[in-house]
Amino acid sequence: MGKIDNQIFPDERGRFGEFGGRFVAETLMPPILSLEKAYAEAKVDPAFQAELADFMEHYVGRPSPLYFAERLTEEAGGAKIYFKRDELNHTGAHKINNCMGQLLLAKRMGKKRIIAETGAGQHGVATATVAARLGMECIVYMGAVDIVRQKPNVFRMRLLGAEVRAVHSGTATLKDAMNEALRDWVTNVADTFYCIGTVAGPHPYPAMVRDFQAVIGHEAKEQIMEREDRLPDAVVACIGGGSNAMGLFHAFVPDESVRLIGVEAAGKGVKSGLHAASLTGGKPGILHGNRTYLLQDEEGQIADAHSISAGLDYPGIGPEHAYLHDIGRAEYVSATDDEALEWFQRCAKLEGILPALEPSHAIPRTVELAQELGEDGLIIMNMCGRGDKDVFTIADALGEDIAAGTEG
Amino acid sequence: MTTRLQNTFAKPRPAFVAYIMGGDPDLAASQTVMNALPGAGVDIIELGFPFTDPMADGPTIEEAGIRARKAGSSLRAVLGMAKAFRKTNTSTPIILMGYTNPVYHMGYATFVEAAVQAGIDGMILVDLPPEEDGELRALMDAQGLSLIRLATPTTDAERLPKVVSGSSGFVYYVSMTGVTGSALSSGGSVTEQVARVKEASGLPVVVGFGVKTPERAAEIASVADGVVVGSAIVETLHENGADAALSLVKTLADATHGTAD
Ligand SMILES: Cc1ncc(COP(=O)(O)O)c(C=O)c1O
Repeated sequence: MGKIDNQIFPDERGRFGEFGGRFVAETLMPPILSLEKAYAEAKVDPAFQAELADFMEHYVGRPSPLYFAERLTEEAGGAKIYFKRDELNHTGAHKINNCMGQLLLAKRMGKKRIIAETGAGQHGVATATVAARLGMECIVYMGAVDIVRQKPNVFRMRLLGAEVRAVHSGTATLKDAMNEALRDWVTNVADTFYCIGTVAGPHPYPAMVRDFQAVIGHEAKEQIMEREDRLPDAVVACIGGGSNAMGLFHAFVPDESVRLIGVEAAGKGVKSGLHAASLTGGKPGILHGNRTYLLQDEEGQIADAHSISAGLDYPGIGPEHAYLHDIGRAEYVSATDDEALEWFQRCAKLEGILPALEPSHAIPRTVELAQELGEDGLIIMNMCGRGDKDVFTIADALGEDIAAGTEG
Repeated sequence: MTTRLQNTFAKPRPAFVAYIMGGDPDLAASQTVMNALPGAGVDIIELGFPFTDPMADGPTIEEAGIRARKAGSSLRAVLGMAKAFRKTNTSTPIILMGYTNPVYHMGYATFVEAAVQAGIDGMILVDLPPEEDGELRALMDAQGLSLIRLATPTTDAERLPKVVSGSSGFVYYVSMTGVTGSALSSGGSVTEQVARVKEASGLPVVVGFGVKTPERAAEIASVADGVVVGSAIVETLHENGADAALSLVKTLADATHGTAD
């Protein structure tokens, strides 16, 4: 495989190879085209970039540290493991990097009504946060199932002034929240900006969200050069739609010596059929505006995804990952609910960091890789979110009742 | 364009287009309703096939799709309904309507072959805009099947020629921004919009979304070449059964044709 030039993807039709594109209702084509134009202009406008950089530094808290996870490294007994600590961002995950960018763009476009979908609630919280800061109206669509399992985030969004709308249709999880947000957009297209939370959706979203998240990898590259004076052997990240992973990978895509490893959610095991591993267990198809790998049945109906982590519980994956997978540039593996639960707890006790359930999936594969690479190896794992939002789910899985005395 | 569609639009009166979800409430009952539509005055049947994630539909059609899938409906099953319909009717055009993934998953070439076999005349895929429909359009064109494009209130003057240029058979004008089954849109602008689309396309223009009553159907029929009603029929079928749905269809068809008493 030849060296990949980051500048050429996607093409002008929003394609990463055969993936991506713009599969939306005609009503949404004009706003998508005008968004594409507005983003292309903002991207090269020094004033926009300066405003974004200022917010990133003073409001989001960037750069996030690159931290040597010494005790986890010892436990694994192999390569050095570093965490890129995006869980230290304002609001506790990488999601705000993207929201900051998109909402400043919305402001530039004169749109005052912001809609978003959310799974774990992290993207919803981040969108609500930035909308509050910029004085915008914010409506967040969230699956009814996720509202139950991510209660703290629902309350946070309300405190931030957002309206959380429960979605009961379909599986009542992330994909249904996205359907509902698209319905809202189709209805209120004139004044509404749809802030998509991952590297999915119609073009230009996959590229735009990647660009806003790419700060993770650019910082990490600089930081690791400073600390270790060399590139890592591998970078590892969990994958829901794939935004934190694409954010970490992007800067390293042209560096062929760096392995790019994405960890999908295997739920109760890929063989059980109850999982969310679209690349490992899916086929190419068309959903939510793009062509990508999807969990689906033999009739092309979308299959239900399953994961203990609401943020990974999505039957698709961003089109750029589908492309990196097919050309063999990135590797995609998976981790089960049980593995994530186990490493959540071990990480807490070893490093004093409560990881979100999403990056908890990346830890077991990072540990194995460390063993495989041996002591000379060097790995960066994206600690893309913190686990405070997950304590109820985890207590439940461990059979502990921490909500005693409240309504539960 | 098939002869069936040509003949339909050659008639001097506006066409009444009825949407049903194929397989709702089950395949047999849906087949019975479908077979009875021409007798109730329907000129073109828009036959929906279900999809798990109907992003442009409101709750009425979404729930119909859920019922249909529970009853075993799918793109394949709906093609089977069309085939069965053709045993007794060779003149009423059938337009499939749905989302791209089931068609993509079947394979565009395989689908077109099956559609020809089933006696389909055309198809509307809600999430396949002009930018993405080239491959399927070429395959359908080669068989004389129409891949019908949608024009919407957001399709501006600059974009309209591009949208209508590749359409065949007719253009479907979505009369409002919103999902299927939304509240009635107010009159007025539809007249101008239809004129705009007709002029740009030189094709018949049928208007849908938000049409629920005979009054509204008659109003639209006075400016367009056809009127589409979906959610109102689907809802009546679900709540009051086949006879009620067919009598609603008859009322709407008469209003569209200007033959109401
Ligand atoms: C902390 C965290 N990590 C990861 C994800 C998954 O999204 P993505 O794959 O786009 O990073 C989420 C989504 O909610 C999240 O909250």
